[in-house]
Amino acid sequence: MTNSKNIPLIFSLLGGLILLFIISPLISMFLATTPLQLFETTKDTEVLDSIWLTLRVSFLTTLFFAIGAIPLSYFLSRMNFRFKNIINGIVDLPIVIPHSAAGIAILGFISRDSVLGQIASSVGLNFVGHPIGIGLAMAFVSIPFLINAARDGFENVPVKLEKTALNLGASPIRVFFTISLPLAWKNILSGLIMMFARGLSEFGAVIIVAYHPMITPILIYERFGSFGLKYARPVSVVFILVCLAFFILLRTLAKEKKSANA
Amino acid sequence: MLKLKDISVKLGDFQLKEINLNLDKGDYYVLLGKSGVGKTVLLEIIAGLIKPSSGQVFLNDEDITHKKIQKRKVGIVFQDFSVFPHLNVKQNIAYPIKGKKIANIEKEDLINIYAELTNISHLLNRDTQNLSGGELQRVALARMLVSKPDCLLLDEPLASLDVQLKGGLRKLLRYINQSGVTILHVTHDYEEAIALSNKVAVIHEGKIIQKGLTKEVFQKPANDFVANFTGIKNFFHAQFSPTNTANINGTLEINVSNKDQIEKGKIIIRGEEIILSNEKIESSATNNFHGKIKQIIPYLSNHEVIIDIGIDLTVVISEESLVKFNFRENSKAWVSFKSTAIKIIP
Repeated sequence: MTNSKNIPLIFSLLGGLILLFIISPLISMFLATTPLQLFETTKDTEVLDSIWLTLRVSFLTTLFFAIGAIPLSYFLSRMNFRFKNIINGIVDLPIVIPHSAAGIAILGFISRDSVLGQIASSVGLNFVGHPIGIGLAMAFVSIPFLINAARDGFENVPVKLEKTALNLGASPIRVFFTISLPLAWKNILSGLIMMFARGLSEFGAVIIVAYHPMITPILIYERFGSFGLKYARPVSVVFILVCLAFFILLRTLAKEKKSANA
Repeated sequence: MLKLKDISVKLGDFQLKEINLNLDKGDYYVLLGKSGVGKTVLLEIIAGLIKPSSGQVFLNDEDITHKKIQKRKVGIVFQDFSVFPHLNVKQNIAYPIKGKKIANIEKEDLINIYAELTNISHLLNRDTQNLSGGELQRVALARMLVSKPDCLLLDEPLASLDVQLKGGLRKLLRYINQSGVTILHVTHDYEEAIALSNKVAVIHEGKIIQKGLTKEVFQKPANDFVANFTGIKNFFHAQFSPTNTANINGTLEINVSNKDQIEKGKIIIRGEEIILSNEKIESSATNNFHGKIKQIIPYLSNHEVIIDIGIDLTVVISEESLVKFNFRENSKAWVSFKSTAIKIIP
């Protein structure tokens, strides 16, 4: 009896320690940064340029890859075929491999020696050290978040509604755009935001593909390596605030979805 | 009009075997069977949502077995209504005609006509999330009718409605059928077949075991299963008077308990609830008639006695009673039943 009474207390203590572990380093970093340092950092064009580049590349990459990822998610949610588990495994692969190794793989894929690199060279493009290369590295590590969320969303759409729409005379493409996509939209939106946020924070894969132009996670690393913790910290705080804004947006959307389903 | 020829399909544990059905234009055809025998699968085959292993589906003499779902002119209304939750009532009804080359004013007219027909004009701007089962059913029907199908397929349309809503919807379905729409309606409820259909087919273990005019199937069941499943042989069209009497076929007047003051409908009297006797018996039963036994049909556990009291009434009695009271064909007997034993179907 006494033991079972203590269980919530023990669980709260253990859980509290984990929350403390997550929050303490962030709080200490914020506390160690003065408002003046923050103000100076927001005026630093190198920092602003890198944040803008990170946001822009991650955003455009997310949109570009969504064009293929959303139909793939729909396909995976609706079709049953022999190698479906293998395809699902391939989708999750970027999550489990080290990001530096992913960067090496991407570099091999887009370097001038590769087929893709040669095709790009023929039109005067070099993906290595180019925002497109950064985008490819970001997409590689973040796309599973979009595909998995969208697939879950489509799986929650009753097939019967799609059948009904077909029976009412709608073409399969109209059914997709008017029934499946709107009904799975909350999940897809969560996936898009998650992919975007994950792209923003990518470091390991991008640094292999493109040190310059410098995305913010690399700038933080560079400031730390060249000038030390004191100079890296304000950039980190500003960037975390930007990421936090998107994190809050994501949580709000997820909450709305939950109450809509209730 | 709609013809199924040797349709067979195997899905998981059950299969449909060589289903043959023939619906004429204007038919209200009820496919009657227990849950899980494949009634819905058959509707989905007709609508093109499931491919049959063999057999053909014809609509207006055209083989539509392999025709695209959206090109067939058969409309299915599912048991769970499948109303689109992200669209409001009006958008749901407009779905089949959206994007079609029809003037907007004509589209509005169509929406209003069918909303009025299904009595949901007042709900047009409402979200579908908060509608009742009956209202959702009407939205699904209006949406389907807007698409003007040649044949309407209804999957247990009354199953999830309460008694009052059932009455209203039956009236609506009858009206839709009378306005020229051919209907194939699947159900496990024999009352729906009696109330609505002109033809009925009984499906059991993946096969159609009897089909034909509703009256014939109910009154002359082909085997014990149909007899037990339909169970009702005494059903008649009747005109009701305000004094709680019903006139059957203009030949017999019986006392009924007509609480809802219905003017016209059908009545059911279960054979098990009728008492057969050699002498008139004094009891609380207000319906007592003298008649001639036309036929005695033996079944496994009991006998059916058909007695002519102006109408042919089927009475179910046990072997012991038959022997004890010595009922014989062409002999006279009395029947007695309470007004509360009579079920009225509007």
